[in-house]
Amino acid sequence: MKKKNIANWGNYPVIESEERTFSYTEDIQQYITSKKSFIARGNGRCYGDASLADDTLSTLKYDKVLSFDTEKGFFECQSGLTLDKILDIIVPTGWFLPVTPGTKFITIGGAVASDVHGKNHHIDGCFSAHIIEMDIACDEGKIITCSPTENTELFWATCGGMGLTGVILRVKFDLKKIETSYIKQKQVKAKNLEEIIALFEECKHYTYSVAWIDCLKKGKGFGRSILILGEHATINDLPANKKNDPLKLPKKKQITFPFNLPSFVLNKMTVSIFNFLFYGKNFKREINNVVSYEPFFYPLDAILHWNRGYGKKGFVQYQFVLPLESKQGLVEILKKISDKGLGSFLAVLKVFGNQDDLISFPMKGFTLALDIPVRKGLFEFLDELDQLVLSYGGRLYMSKDARMKPEVLKAGYKRLPEFLSIIKKYNPNGKFSSIQAERLQLVKK
Amino acid sequence: MNNSVLILGAASDIGIAIAEKYASKGYHLLLAARNITRLTALQSDLQIRYKISCSLLEFDAAAFSMHEKFWQSISNKPGIVISVIGYMKENDQVVASQNETLATIHSNFTGLVSLLNIIAADFAARKEGTIAGISSVAGMRGRQSNYIYGSAKAGFTAYLSGLRNKMYQYNVHVMTVLPGFVYTKMTEELNLPKLLTAQPKDVANAVFNGIQKRKNIIFVKWFWRWIMLIITSIPESIFKKKKL
Repeated sequence: MKKKNIANWGNYPVIESEERTFSYTEDIQQYITSKKSFIARGNGRCYGDASLADDTLSTLKYDKVLSFDTEKGFFECQSGLTLDKILDIIVPTGWFLPVTPGTKFITIGGAVASDVHGKNHHIDGCFSAHIIEMDIACDEGKIITCSPTENTELFWATCGGMGLTGVILRVKFDLKKIETSYIKQKQVKAKNLEEIIALFEECKHYTYSVAWIDCLKKGKGFGRSILILGEHATINDLPANKKNDPLKLPKKKQITFPFNLPSFVLNKMTVSIFNFLFYGKNFKREINNVVSYEPFFYPLDAILHWNRGYGKKGFVQYQFVLPLESKQGLVEILKKISDKGLGSFLAVLKVFGNQDDLISFPMKGFTLALDIPVRKGLFEFLDELDQLVLSYGGRLYMSKDARMKPEVLKAGYKRLPEFLSIIKKYNPNGKFSSIQAERLQLVKK
Repeated sequence: MNNSVLILGAASDIGIAIAEKYASKGYHLLLAARNITRLTALQSDLQIRYKISCSLLEFDAAAFSMHEKFWQSISNKPGIVISVIGYMKENDQVVASQNETLATIHSNFTGLVSLLNIIAADFAARKEGTIAGISSVAGMRGRQSNYIYGSAKAGFTAYLSGLRNKMYQYNVHVMTVLPGFVYTKMTEELNLPKLLTAQPKDVANAVFNGIQKRKNIIFVKWFWRWIMLIITSIPESIFKKKKL
């Protein structure tokens, strides 16, 4: 049978897989009954080894728009549709995604399976908070509709459940009303960690907020950051030349990162220089402007294959969350990272709002995400960081993970046993399983 | 005649890609397939995305007696008809089963001839219209690995060529499409050389541009013309000994 090498966004790990596609619901049912074990796979934009298995089923051809209510703002589509295509349809009619992660090249199925969050988590929650209903093809190809009021345990085990309840087929969700396709943006520089934490608190009424943080800076400027805030611009916020076409789609211009950068290019010095320039480019303490939604939400999407910048060995993204009261933990972890010299471009800090779902990642507190190229000794170091995260009551994001130990997941997610019992019910034979699910002992094969 | 396109075999990967291409250019669509319940998702998708109208028609190439009725049932006749219908199974399986052999021949050749005769007569009377047929390079020389499918496609290619000749005087355009390898459900299990293999989207673009420019025969990737030139020039005495 035909196999090919596949990897997710971090290019680590790379595995051989037999990948199939489907366009029709009957085909998926036939596939499910014919395979012993496989995992559904969208656009491969999670970072680690979720959605990797010996047999994978690509949803990318199962990507049709089923309905769009432009009055009420309901959107319904098949799971392989990517967010960029949804934006092209909804933005010109005055609607926006209720929640979006930092790339628009993910599928709706992936958004559900990872229960993605965005810069507005503290206001709008995760993607799951906006799902009206969805269909899952479970064991033996049985299609089950679930929602926050129907088959609720299947619903909550599917949101953030990494595809282990079955293949997500159809998702209906609500949209956010917008007047323009622009964002009123404010950028504020913070000199250190204390200041950025205070700024988050001060600015919590902003719909969108996220900070870039320099993980390498030590001493007085430890934790220096740029806080990026935003609101959907109203027509009145727009300059005169944009007022006649307020819902204009941004121009599609992309450049492609042409090859894998040799691994030695990224080192402590080059990253320090980058961070210095990134921080220094904002001369003033505060910048206010109106920008298209594209650079605000998806700055890295402009460079296709930017992951090649981390070289052939790939990288991992380490993302954890700590409860709000564990500020000291954040300091300690950041110190450890800066001592090790492992800082990355664009380490991202955000404060999450309340959430207490079955298996979704966010909880009220600080989340930090940083990309680190795979190199010798890295995994041992991350194991040490895991222990710190756990000791402060935090946990890691499965969609970014390629290496955590099962005990770390178990200690971080208090409702894991409940999740596992639901998986057992809907996926009793381990039909839906990835190499991540095996590593984390989520599914018995 | 109007600004609409009839796609026969619209549920296939190439059919979907062509439907999307024409919808994106503002054409209205008539999508025909054996099982139209499959097409409802594509229908809503194209209507929402491109604000065009899209209707679904049941059509079975092997149901010859229904072909006249099928064409008559379309009240607003399309200006362009594109046949994407293709049916390919593993050759040994097909040879071993008379049903499979006939299904291959009817789906790829006789069923299409039966319907396109009816459509061509109508277009000729109106003195306008375009007929495009997706045939195959497999029809350019029979090979042991694929000769039932190949011979049916050879028949279809010859039919389109003759039809083009006949229809010229009536201002009806007939185009033959020879796509070479394409990544589709039909070829998913084959190991295709990346360089020689087109995406369904490439076929759709080639078909759209070819019809715009009133081309006669198009290859989706240009080098297939030369590959086939070489393959068809090998003397039969040598060719018959090759495992192809």
